[in-house]
Amino acid sequence: MFKDIGKLFLGNKKALFGLLLLLFFALVGLLAPVIAPYDPKSNRVETITVLSEERDRSRTISREDLDPSTEKKVYSQSVTTTYERITKKLPLKGKPSSAHLLGTTHSGQDIFSQLIWGTRVSLTVGLVTGLFTTVLSLCLALIAGYFGGLVDDVISLFTNVFLVIPSLPLMIVIAAYVTVRGVIPIILILGLTSWPWPTRVLRSQVVSLKNRDFVRVSKSLGEKPSYVVFREILPNMISLVMASFFSSTMAAIIGEATLEFIGLGNVSVVSWGTMLYWAQANGALLAGFWWWFLPPGICIALIGTSFALMNFAIDEISNPKLRKR
Amino acid sequence: MTRPRSGKSDPAISRLATVNDMTEEILRLESVSKHFPIRSFRRFGEVVHAMDDVSFILGKGEVLALVGESGSGKTTTASVIAQLYPITSGVIRLADPRSPNGFQSVSRKLSGKELLSYRKRVQMIFQDPFGSLNPTHTIEHILSRPYLIHDKVVRENEGEKRKAALKRQLQQLLRSVGLEPPQQFLDKFPHELSGGQRQRVNIARTFSIEPEIVLADEPTSMLDVSIRISIMNMMLAFQEERQMSFLYITHDLAGARYMAQRIVVMYAGMIMEIGTSDEVVQRSAHPYTKLLRSAAPAPEEGLMRKRLITQGDIPSLIHPPSGCRFHPRCPYVMAQCSKTIPPLKEVESGHSIRCFL
Amino acid sequence: MKETLPESILECQDLVAGYELKAGFVRAVDGVSFALKRGEFLGIAGESGCGKTTLAYAVMRLFRDNAKIKSGKILFGGKDITHAPEEEIKKLRWEHISMVFQSAMNALNPVLQIGEQLTDGWLAHKRGEVREAKARALEVLKLVDIPEDRYNAYPHQLSGGMKQRVMIAMALMLQPEVIILDEPTTALDVVVQRTIIEKIQELRKTFRFSVIFITHDLSLLVEISDLLAIMYAGKIVEYGPASEVFYNPVHPYTRGLMASFPTLSGPIVRMGGIEGKPPDLIDPPSGCRFYPRCPDRHDGCDRDTPPLRQVRPGHFAACDGE
Repeated sequence: MFKDIGKLFLGNKKALFGLLLLLFFALVGLLAPVIAPYDPKSNRVETITVLSEERDRSRTISREDLDPSTEKKVYSQSVTTTYERITKKLPLKGKPSSAHLLGTTHSGQDIFSQLIWGTRVSLTVGLVTGLFTTVLSLCLALIAGYFGGLVDDVISLFTNVFLVIPSLPLMIVIAAYVTVRGVIPIILILGLTSWPWPTRVLRSQVVSLKNRDFVRVSKSLGEKPSYVVFREILPNMISLVMASFFSSTMAAIIGEATLEFIGLGNVSVVSWGTMLYWAQANGALLAGFWWWFLPPGICIALIGTSFALMNFAIDEISNPKLRKR
Repeated sequence: MTRPRSGKSDPAISRLATVNDMTEEILRLESVSKHFPIRSFRRFGEVVHAMDDVSFILGKGEVLALVGESGSGKTTTASVIAQLYPITSGVIRLADPRSPNGFQSVSRKLSGKELLSYRKRVQMIFQDPFGSLNPTHTIEHILSRPYLIHDKVVRENEGEKRKAALKRQLQQLLRSVGLEPPQQFLDKFPHELSGGQRQRVNIARTFSIEPEIVLADEPTSMLDVSIRISIMNMMLAFQEERQMSFLYITHDLAGARYMAQRIVVMYAGMIMEIGTSDEVVQRSAHPYTKLLRSAAPAPEEGLMRKRLITQGDIPSLIHPPSGCRFHPRCPYVMAQCSKTIPPLKEVESGHSIRCFL
Repeated sequence: MKETLPESILECQDLVAGYELKAGFVRAVDGVSFALKRGEFLGIAGESGCGKTTLAYAVMRLFRDNAKIKSGKILFGGKDITHAPEEEIKKLRWEHISMVFQSAMNALNPVLQIGEQLTDGWLAHKRGEVREAKARALEVLKLVDIPEDRYNAYPHQLSGGMKQRVMIAMALMLQPEVIILDEPTTALDVVVQRTIIEKIQELRKTFRFSVIFITHDLSLLVEISDLLAIMYAGKIVEYGPASEVFYNPVHPYTRGLMASFPTLSGPIVRMGGIEGKPPDLIDPPSGCRFYPRCPDRHDGCDRDTPPLRQVRPGHFAACDGE
C-alpha cells in the first residue's frame, strides 16, 4: 500500500517537480556553510596572515636532581607571532557584482549569503511547524472523531471558534505580546494559530471512516479501540494527513515570513522574512533595489509552489477522478 | 443442556417459541427497542424509532430470515444483537450453559471481557463486500486478526511455530470458502479481488472464530446475480456442517424462503408477521406481507399476475404513525388501526401477525 | 433485419462501442443489433459489466470523454444518427428519446426546485412560454402521482421513490417516442419498485411510447417486457419474446441466470447459479465469451464465435449447442 502510494507519487509529474524543488532547497540549507561566500551577519571580511613566528628560550626557571641518575630542568619559552589583519569593509548598499552576486545590504552584509543561510531557517521553521500542526490536529481529530459525543462537541466547538478568528491578526496580536523573540516562539505561534482547519478536515474524515463497514466489522470481531484507530482508520488517512502536512508547512513558511517582515520576529536572525524586513526598512522597494527584496520573495514563492504541487499531486492520487487515464 | 424456559415468561413470547419446541433455543429477544436520539439542536429530545417491541426466538441450528424494506429496522436488529450499540429497552438473552439460569441476559452495555466472550459466539456478516475489507491491509492480515484476537491459533504439534500454524489455518480457511489456490489470495489486497471473492473473504473471516450465531446482513444484495446463489449455498453448507444458527437479513422474500426455515417480516421497526417460510410466503396473513409477496417478481406463477397496489412510502420513524405503523398504506385499513397498535396474535400454531384482521 | 421496417422506431445494427483506456479499447458493446417497434417494451438483462449501460448511453449519444462508438449504426425512425452532429442529437434527446438514470439522487440537481428542473428541457427545446411549461410540468407530475404542491420542493425533500418518479416525469415532459430506463428501480424497495413499474406500463399504454428497460433482475424483466435481450460480455446472447425466452431458454447463460433467482412458489430446490466470473473485456476469450463458464461447452466453443441464429420464430440465441 505504501509502496503503491510512493510509486504513484513519484510517477506524478507535479509531485516529482515539487519534490525536486523541495530537495533543492533542503540541499542548499544543508550545505549553506559551503555555498555561502560570506558570513551573512557580518559587514566586513577579515583576513589574517601570519608573517613570521619567533621562538626564544630565555631562561631556566629551576633545576633539580631527583636521584643520582635523574635530573629535572624547567624552562620558560615564549613565542612571538607577527601577523597582519586586513579588515575589508564590504560596500554599503552595493549593487550586484562578481564579488557580491546579489549586492549588499545597507550595513554591508552579502545578500546572496543571507539568502543561502535564510533557506535553513525558513525551511526548518516551516517543516517543524508543519509537523507540529499536523500532529496536533491529527490527535485532536482522532480523539474527537473516534470517541464522538461530548468530547467531539467540545473539540469541535473550539475548532470552530478558532476557525472564525482570522489567523493573521491573531498571529500578530500574539506575537506582539510575546516578549521572547526568536525562532521557537514563532513556531509555537504559527502552530497554535493554524491547527483548526486541518483538525476540522481530518476529523470529518475520521468520522466517515468510523462509520465504514470495515471499522464496524473489526469492532464486532472484538478489536481494541487502539487497534481500530491506528491500524484500521489511520492507514486510510495517509494521503489526507500528507496533504495537510504539506499545506501547513506551506502556510508556516509564508506565516513566518509575514511575521518577520512586519518585525515581530527576531530581526537579528537571518531568514527570508527578516531579509524582507530589512529591505523594507531601508527603502529598498522605493529605491528599486530589486536584488534585495526580489530573491527572498521568489524563494518563498518557489517553496510555496513546491508544497502546493505536492498537495495537488496527493489530491490527484487519492481522487481517481482527477487522475489522467 | 436444560431447556431454558421459565414457566412465567411473557405469553406473547412463548407463543413465538412454539415452532421451535423441538429444538433448543439459543437466542431470544424480549420486546427489544432501539431509539436513536437525534443530535440536532432544533429537534432536541426527538428520537428515531428504529426498533420497537421486537421479540423473537432463534433456535439452535436454525436459519431465521428477517425480511423488510429499507428503514424497517432489520439492520438495526442485527446490529443490536451484535452489540454494536446498546439497546434502549428490553432484553437480549443468549443461551449460556455455564450460567445458573441458563441465560446470559444483555440489557445494557457489556464490559470489555464479557463483550469479547459474547462476540466469540455472535458474529456478523456485512452487506457491502467492498466496504467491509480495509483497503490498506492484505487478505492475510485481515484474516489473521480473528485468530489473534480470540487466541485461535492451534499448533499441530510441539515443533510447529505459531506463525506457521496460523498460515496453515488461513490456507485451510480460504480453501473452505472456495478461494484456491490459497497462497495466491493471502498476499492480495482487497481491491484486487472481485465482489464475490471479497464476500467469500468476509464470510471466511466471520466463520474463522466458529461463532454459534451468525448475523448475515443482506450478504448477497450487492453481488452480481449469477454469483449470489453460490454464496448462499456456501453459507447454507457451512451452517449445516457446523450446526450454526443463522439470522439471515434480506429484502427479498424468495431469497428468504430459499435460505430459512422461518421468516420474520418487519415494517417500520416492528414485527408484522412471523412463521415458517411456507406459512409466511404461501399463506401470508398480514396485509404488508401480502403486498410484499405480490410486488416481488415471480414469473413462475405466470406472467399476468393480479397484484395488490398501494400508495405511499415507508413512514417517518421519528414520528411513526399512531396505531399500526402500516395503516397509512394498508389496503384493508379500519378505524381502530390508527388508534391502537395491534398485538401479535397467532393465526395458526407458530404463525403470528400484528394485525386486527 | 437489414431492411429498415417502417414501424421500427429505434434500431441498432452491429453496434460496437466502448472506452479508450491506456491498456486498450474496451469493447463494452460488441456487435449488438436490435430493432424496437413503436410502443414495444424491450428488456435488456445482464450482470454488471456486461455493457448494458454503455449500450444505453451509446443510443443516447451521451458519452464521457474516453467513450466512443467504433462501428455499426444507430437508426432512429429510419434515419442514421450514428454520426449526426451534436446539435441534431441535442434536438433528438429528450424530445424523441429520453432516459431515466440509475440513481435519481445524482441525476437531480440538489439546489434547484423540481419544477425548475422539469421545465428546463421544455424551455430549452423552445416548446413554449414559461406558463405553458409549468402547466405541462404539473400535468406530468400528476401522471406519476406526485401532488402539485411538490412542484416547488427540492430533491432532498422527496423520498427515493418520489425522486425516481420525478425522473420519469422529466423523461415524459416532451412526449418522446422512446424512453430508456437504466436500472430505474434497483435502489428502491420491492413495493415501491412495483408501483413505479405499474405506472410506467400504464403510461406506455396511454401514450404509446417504446421502452428500453435495463436491469440485472431477470425475473422482474420477464414479467414486464414484450421482448427480452440477454447480454453477456458486450454481446446479446439471446433475444426473443419474453415468455418464449422464459419458458424455452436456449443459451446456457440464460438458463444459468434463470437458475440464479430463488422462486416464491413451488418446491425449494437447491440451485446452482453460474460458476466463475465475467471475462475481461480488454482481452476477451476467443470464441464464445461464455465458454469458460459454460456447463455445456464442447470442443470448438473456444474457436468460433457462434452467431445469433433463429431457434424458433422471433427467438434468437448465440449458441450452437443442443
